[in-house]
Amino acid sequence: MNEPKRPLPRSDEFDTQAFWAGTKEKEFRYQQCKQCATVVFYARRHCTGCLEGELEWKVASGRATVYTYSVVRQSYHPFFRNQVPYAVAWVDLEEGPRILSNIVGVEDPLTEVSIGMPLEIEWEEHDDLCIPLFKPA
Amino acid sequence: MSQDRDAAIVGIHEYPSRDVEGEVSPLQIKAESASRALKDAGLNWSDVDAIYDAGEAGGMAGLTMAEYFGLSPNVIDTTNVGGSSYEFHAAHARRDIRAGKAKVALLTYGSTAHSNARAIGVGGRGGASMHPAENMDAYAGMTLIANYAMVAHRHMHQYGTTSEQLAEISVATRMHAMRNPEAVRAMEDLEFLDIRETTISDVVNSRMIADPLHLLECCMISDGGGAVVIASPDVARDCRTDPVWILGSGEATKYPMSGGDITTSAAAQSGPQAFLEAGVSPGEMDIAMIYDSFSITVLALLEDLGFCPKGEGGRWVEGGRLRFDRPNDGPALNTDGGGLSSNHPGMRGIFLLLEATRQLRGESTSQVADAKLAVAHGNGGMLGSRHAAGTIILGRD
Repeated sequence: MNEPKRPLPRSDEFDTQAFWAGTKEKEFRYQQCKQCATVVFYARRHCTGCLEGELEWKVASGRATVYTYSVVRQSYHPFFRNQVPYAVAWVDLEEGPRILSNIVGVEDPLTEVSIGMPLEIEWEEHDDLCIPLFKPA
Repeated sequence: MSQDRDAAIVGIHEYPSRDVEGEVSPLQIKAESASRALKDAGLNWSDVDAIYDAGEAGGMAGLTMAEYFGLSPNVIDTTNVGGSSYEFHAAHARRDIRAGKAKVALLTYGSTAHSNARAIGVGGRGGASMHPAENMDAYAGMTLIANYAMVAHRHMHQYGTTSEQLAEISVATRMHAMRNPEAVRAMEDLEFLDIRETTISDVVNSRMIADPLHLLECCMISDGGGAVVIASPDVARDCRTDPVWILGSGEATKYPMSGGDITTSAAAQSGPQAFLEAGVSPGEMDIAMIYDSFSITVLALLEDLGFCPKGEGGRWVEGGRLRFDRPNDGPALNTDGGGLSSNHPGMRGIFLLLEATRQLRGESTSQVADAKLAVAHGNGGMLGSRHAAGTIILGRD
């Protein structure tokens, strides 16, 4: 019996493959331009701030806060329908990137998640990569 | 013979490689070519205010290309007519620049047809066909409703907006739906329970779908369709109907931005363009046809269009202000019953134009007396992540 699985990112998508490769080492990588200091996230090959930009990879601390969230009560997805109720959130990393993720490590997301609450990264391990989830700090 | 010199090509770049050996994506070719062409022109990303895209690098290019480039254009044109698309784009760019809608238009093309063909039979590199944003988001299980709920939650946090205030939108549109026989039949055909006018209590006590959005704050999923004919003034003069003029338009996109404000939508960019072009103000609108996928969509869009200051929408809609029979309180909202209670086949934008036109012809089932001006605002994509905004101001003679 195959258990439904979380949908996983492709490791061969051109722009984001280096991000996902980093998750194998449990590194949350983001890009910053050496010329204009623009933080680029999600990853791309071009700087969105200037034309001659050279993007360098940096590793985030994993410290973050909840920007906003919702607790999903109803889903038709074969994996997520068994997870309800679960919290999805836009999470702000302290270095700037904003990422969509889940808040885990709470018994009741209806009462234990709030906007502004401090988080830390919690890696969910898979065969070829790890998924960055977040738990209360 | 006079020559119009109102638009010119100022920067170009031809991507040099004819075989990227499967190592570069069409999106990356487009971005690199764009940056080189801008450099050729002595311009920068921030100068671009119009994009033209045939969608060859992925669907819904009007949203996704702006995000990929990191631009916030005022004109978004995704005309796709095959190989001639770029001549069309050039023509549209000239038109848009001449009309004062844009100053710097960016046209791009990127394809890896050769690399893709070679990949056939050897497994290929499927990642090339996936948008990077999608490759970052899909694992989190965000449902469509949760996407909008994220905006609602932040709106509540930032401005003190309540579920009772959001419910005003559902109550007003249902009231209008009950006056529209086609909307009533829709609710019957879709087997709505207890088809009647609703109260705020009904809405906030309906089942929670994705906090903080309840069942009665969500649009229906119906079948449906429609059509609109637009004509030149000389043709319009001879038509059977009274003309409803397009007085102004605005376009924009918005996408997740680090540090951005999720409670403000692309309507804050498209709305002012449209009102400025039409020479009218939000306060003059008799009718507001606002895309009501969810209650929060309308609340955020009313604020962004300028009916009230940002964050005050909750208080502004209180007390049944949006009903058609309160003309002194501002525009009537979605007088056909909206997506919440009349129809929502997935892309509701055309119905906004249809009901606005009925109102300005005096043919609505919830007719506002002597309605002269209407705004139709469509929101495409998803409010809480990437979306496109189209604002149209309509008026009658």
